[in-house]
Amino acid sequence: MSISPGMQLAEEPRSIAAETRAATTIGSGGRPGRRAGRRRGLVGRIGLNVWALVIIVCSIFPVYWMVNMSFTPSNQIISRNPSLLPLDFTFKNYITAWTREAAPGQTDFPHALISSITVGLAVVVVCAILAFLASIALARFAFRGRVFFIVAVLVVQMVPGEAMMFTIYNMIDDWRLMNTLLGLFIVHLAAVVPFTIWTLRGFVKGVPAELEEAAMIDGCTKAQAFWKVTFPLMAPALVSTGIFAFIQSWNEFLMALLLLKGYNLTLPPWLNSFQSATEATNWGAVMAGSTLIALPVVIFFLFVQGRMVGGLVNGAVKG
Amino acid sequence: MSATLAEPDATPRTPTTKPPRPPKGAPAGPRKKKPVQWAPWALLAPSIALLVVMVVYPTIVMLVTSFTNLEIKNKMLGTAPDFVGFDNYIEIFTDSQFPQVLARSLGLMVVLTALIVVFGMLIALTLTKLSKAWRIAVSVSLLFAWAMPPLAATVVWGWMFDTDYGVINWALNTITGTQDWRGHGWLENPWSFMMVLVIIVTWQSIPFAAITFYAGLGQVPEEVIEASSLDGASAWQRFRLIVLPYMRNVITAVLVLETIWNLRIFTQVYALQQQGGLASETNVLPTYLFRQGLGEFGTTAAIGVFMVILLMAISYFNVRNSLKDEEL
Repeated sequence: MSISPGMQLAEEPRSIAAETRAATTIGSGGRPGRRAGRRRGLVGRIGLNVWALVIIVCSIFPVYWMVNMSFTPSNQIISRNPSLLPLDFTFKNYITAWTREAAPGQTDFPHALISSITVGLAVVVVCAILAFLASIALARFAFRGRVFFIVAVLVVQMVPGEAMMFTIYNMIDDWRLMNTLLGLFIVHLAAVVPFTIWTLRGFVKGVPAELEEAAMIDGCTKAQAFWKVTFPLMAPALVSTGIFAFIQSWNEFLMALLLLKGYNLTLPPWLNSFQSATEATNWGAVMAGSTLIALPVVIFFLFVQGRMVGGLVNGAVKG
Repeated sequence: MSATLAEPDATPRTPTTKPPRPPKGAPAGPRKKKPVQWAPWALLAPSIALLVVMVVYPTIVMLVTSFTNLEIKNKMLGTAPDFVGFDNYIEIFTDSQFPQVLARSLGLMVVLTALIVVFGMLIALTLTKLSKAWRIAVSVSLLFAWAMPPLAATVVWGWMFDTDYGVINWALNTITGTQDWRGHGWLENPWSFMMVLVIIVTWQSIPFAAITFYAGLGQVPEEVIEASSLDGASAWQRFRLIVLPYMRNVITAVLVLETIWNLRIFTQVYALQQQGGLASETNVLPTYLFRQGLGEFGTTAAIGVFMVILLMAISYFNVRNSLKDEEL
């Protein structure tokens, strides 16, 4: 069968998650009709925009301040009158953050960056494979125990990993994976898989099974039909959930702090050590380090937020 | 609502003897292949293995450990710990800071969740009233706050509240025209520490609530709102009697998720303590547990079990909420 009907269906998604995504994509739509019906006074409009400006400033200011300070020389930072723009623009803070050890005997930024990327990418790849397979089973097969597994995924997703921090510490220790990236990878993987299964299942369901059946009538096997019809339609969802898993791993602090030491730190414990070691002397470098850590996440996040809201609140937005 | 959700075509729930066919359907030849029962389990096997090893198994181990006096010396010497019954549980409730920490955690959770939901709703309502350019500007700025890694955000906020060089003290001095705030240490006093913590966490959590609520507001039918305003309902009445009932599911979902997340916050509290808070006066459950350190595994397991039970009890509502509208 040709792919074009599939494309149309993809543009007109039926799943809850997809509908939620459409609804949460911000900046689109709006309600001209509702507004046209009422006439608002000029004062009200100005008041509303002032309030909007307050929200914008409050949201952005800390991020702006971090970037601003990261480009400000140290002697300016500790002056009594902080300036709103980095007038004496400098890259020195970034060089310090990039090259200096977090603390004596601990890793520097580039090594922590490589560790974080290694763990994050491994989590993304393995998590995508596991969750993809599981979501096919849950959305495309009718079998005994399916409902039980779906409920189990939801429950497991709610088990607080931090409550078990020392039990997991002991497990990782018993497996001789203490202070290795492999140990942290397993912990992160288990943390992101349930949510990813739940989200992906919604997307698989959003692709009508009839499309696959049509392909099967045309001679595909079940596996081929899935691979050639459904998989391309859900590739974007796979990318989004993958990015989300990466962000989770990138930001995770507690278990990284507990399991890693010395030269194996990932970025969050690196920032923690770096800040403790240098805060009194060099806040600019700490801000530069924070900026470097925040940057990739902020960029990725802008791509995926719409889809992920849908996954987190499940079917509720449909309400 | 649930009628649209129960579209029969999305999932072949019915057993294969009655295959779901599109009504326009192709000629219904005999089905060659029946889905075999082992196929779904083969697909699920890797995930099941992972979750059993990394979630189910440690949960059981922790439960067992919480009834023993396992200590680090047992690990060193390789000796088996003794069974002590409920001693660990009695100890944490009678002979430690745990009850105090629990109360602090719960109080913090209530304050945070209330602030996040109220401000989230307020901002969502604002978004519906703004012109397109303003709405995009507000949304993008919210995304920045949301996207900041929690640790980096806490470091930045901690620096803004810094005793000597923080921009907050500088701004307060400038506004009041005095030098009263010079050297004011925000993190030293446990109450003002908590205030700073509340500011950081709400700042970072409001965007999720606001954007989700905004999506929910888009589902309230405009005709109903119009009709009610023709009937003379005030803005508050429209919100309370029409918008809120339509939004009940969304609000419940956000409320439960925020409750859980706010009970689990670790990064922000820990990082702020690193910047000058008195840990013993400001601990919440996860940081308290973390600061117990390695050593008395029996006691820490008991705290862990208590946390799991508490959070699972709250999560019950989330699981039920998630399943309610889903066809399984």
